[in-house]
Amino acid sequence: MNRVPIGTKSGLVYKMTIENKQFDTVIGLEVHLQLKTQSKIFCGCANNFGAEANSQVCPVCLGLPGSLPVLNKKVLEYAVKIGLALNCKINSYIKFDRKNYYYPDLPKAYQISQYDFPVCYQGFVLVPQESSTVKKVGITRAHIEEDAGKLIHDNENNCSLVDYNRTGTPLLEIVTEPDLRSAQEAYDYLQILKLTLQYLDVSDCDMEKGSLRCDANISIRPVGETKLGVKTELKNMNSFRAVKAALTFEENRQTQVVKAGGKITQETRLWDEAKQMSITMRSKEEAHDYRYFPDPDLTPFQVDSSVIEQIRKSLPELPVDKWERIKKEYGLNDYDAWILVSSPEIAAFFEECAKLHTNYKNICNWISGSLMQEINSRKLSLGDLRITPRRLVELILKAEDGTLSNLVAKDVFRYALETDKSIDEIIQEKGLAQVSDSVTLEKIVDEIITQNENAVRQIKNGDEKPLGFLVGQAMKKTQGKANPKKIGEILKRRIIDA
Amino acid sequence: MISEKDVKYAASLSRIHLSDEEAKPLTKDLEKILHYVEKLQKLDVSKVEPTSHVLPIKNVYREDKVRSSLSQEEALKIAVEKIKGSYKVPKVIE
Ligand SMILES: [Zn+2]
Repeated sequence: MNRVPIGTKSGLVYKMTIENKQFDTVIGLEVHLQLKTQSKIFCGCANNFGAEANSQVCPVCLGLPGSLPVLNKKVLEYAVKIGLALNCKINSYIKFDRKNYYYPDLPKAYQISQYDFPVCYQGFVLVPQESSTVKKVGITRAHIEEDAGKLIHDNENNCSLVDYNRTGTPLLEIVTEPDLRSAQEAYDYLQILKLTLQYLDVSDCDMEKGSLRCDANISIRPVGETKLGVKTELKNMNSFRAVKAALTFEENRQTQVVKAGGKITQETRLWDEAKQMSITMRSKEEAHDYRYFPDPDLTPFQVDSSVIEQIRKSLPELPVDKWERIKKEYGLNDYDAWILVSSPEIAAFFEECAKLHTNYKNICNWISGSLMQEINSRKLSLGDLRITPRRLVELILKAEDGTLSNLVAKDVFRYALETDKSIDEIIQEKGLAQVSDSVTLEKIVDEIITQNENAVRQIKNGDEKPLGFLVGQAMKKTQGKANPKKIGEILKRRIIDA
Repeated sequence: MISEKDVKYAASLSRIHLSDEEAKPLTKDLEKILHYVEKLQKLDVSKVEPTSHVLPIKNVYREDKVRSSLSQEEALKIAVEKIKGSYKVPKVIE
């Protein structure tokens, strides 16, 4: 990869030559994560997605005069849990502040957030790189805040509609240091972060539904320069791929501007997914002045160190640790182990299988191949399928001992997803057992030999290439049930040794 | 020193429109208020713990329990204008 064309809008094609790189890229990310609690952050309204508009609101989350917000204990617990998983320090003094701004989706005209005493600070995430090195990404802070309502633009009636169901949904904002050096690194960090959060089971992490949102800050500077350049902020990306595309676009745009002798202006840019480009949303002159001050409605908080230790002990094994352990314990390579770790359920499923059978590589192949394919193509989760570790291992054993050809084993696997019948029952019922008895196979080979004179002659003349073709013909004749190894042996004996 | 420009900026942050006639006396008032704050700032508070809450309490939580919300009809009673189960506001484009 050297020349990468990016956006072609307004007649411009941004290109970058990577070999003679003149600029370093500096990226920091802000992730807003909706926490999966039962109720909202400061009131008892249900915290779930998809209810009828304005049916999950109360005087507290509508910000009506006289109402008093009270912190949901679970929110603080989740924040501490996430902070510990991200190697953060937990503040001994935690307080909430009001961030003031006017917007119709914010009923109180301030958002309850945290300014100078966030729950978590000074952490880091280790991101495995393709070159089998590890990138350490600093976490500046992670703080609790409340989500705003949802605005829907109604062109027909020339107005906007506000649904306040989302106000008061608990959020954790996770801010990185400007440690990322490319769009790819940002993407990799997001993958690890999401996976970690999924292991912690604290959020749905669904970017399409908005339960995980990501904004990015990016600047460039000449190679060797230590001072940061002027940054732009990128918003409105609704997938990790979009984050990567937006960062790549912006990296190239800034490079073009600077190379042409221009200056970068500090601004916020909105990513347009359809056009694959970003446009200016607001420049610094219009930047917000939030006038933070302590929220007198909420008391300060202090999490006892005994409670922090208790939460630390309750943390599950995290993805990178699990990855290292699975590699070592089962002798799998980086790639295979990573696929297993890419979902906590899949990893657990694998380890259950591994208790029943020791051909770990083969188990891994079945899981990362057939099983993941079905999960992805059916858009289901592992729990929706009827396959259990025991039944998968039964199937693998049948394939390993030759009862089933690999091809047929895959069919049996698909049946096994839809029924609770044992693997033996499925094989019997569907008549799928591999044909290995010699009388039947000899008869099939007879037919193949008479029907393919040319190929047979070629083999007799010393060219063994058509053997594979003949085996294929036998497999076809038996709908894949013939034992291909035995067919090959019989063919050789009958044609060559004859 | 507070200028009329500062007052107008503060007003704009609060979405308040001030005419020049209104801004002038407000500038003087604000100046006086800040003068008073200046006096407070001269106090020696080096021995006083900073506080962000008026009462000496901490850790006031609620358990993560769902309670019933208002109905949509009740929630929209306070709306100046409503449409399709939502609060209707002037078109916002960012
Ligand atoms: Zn509420």
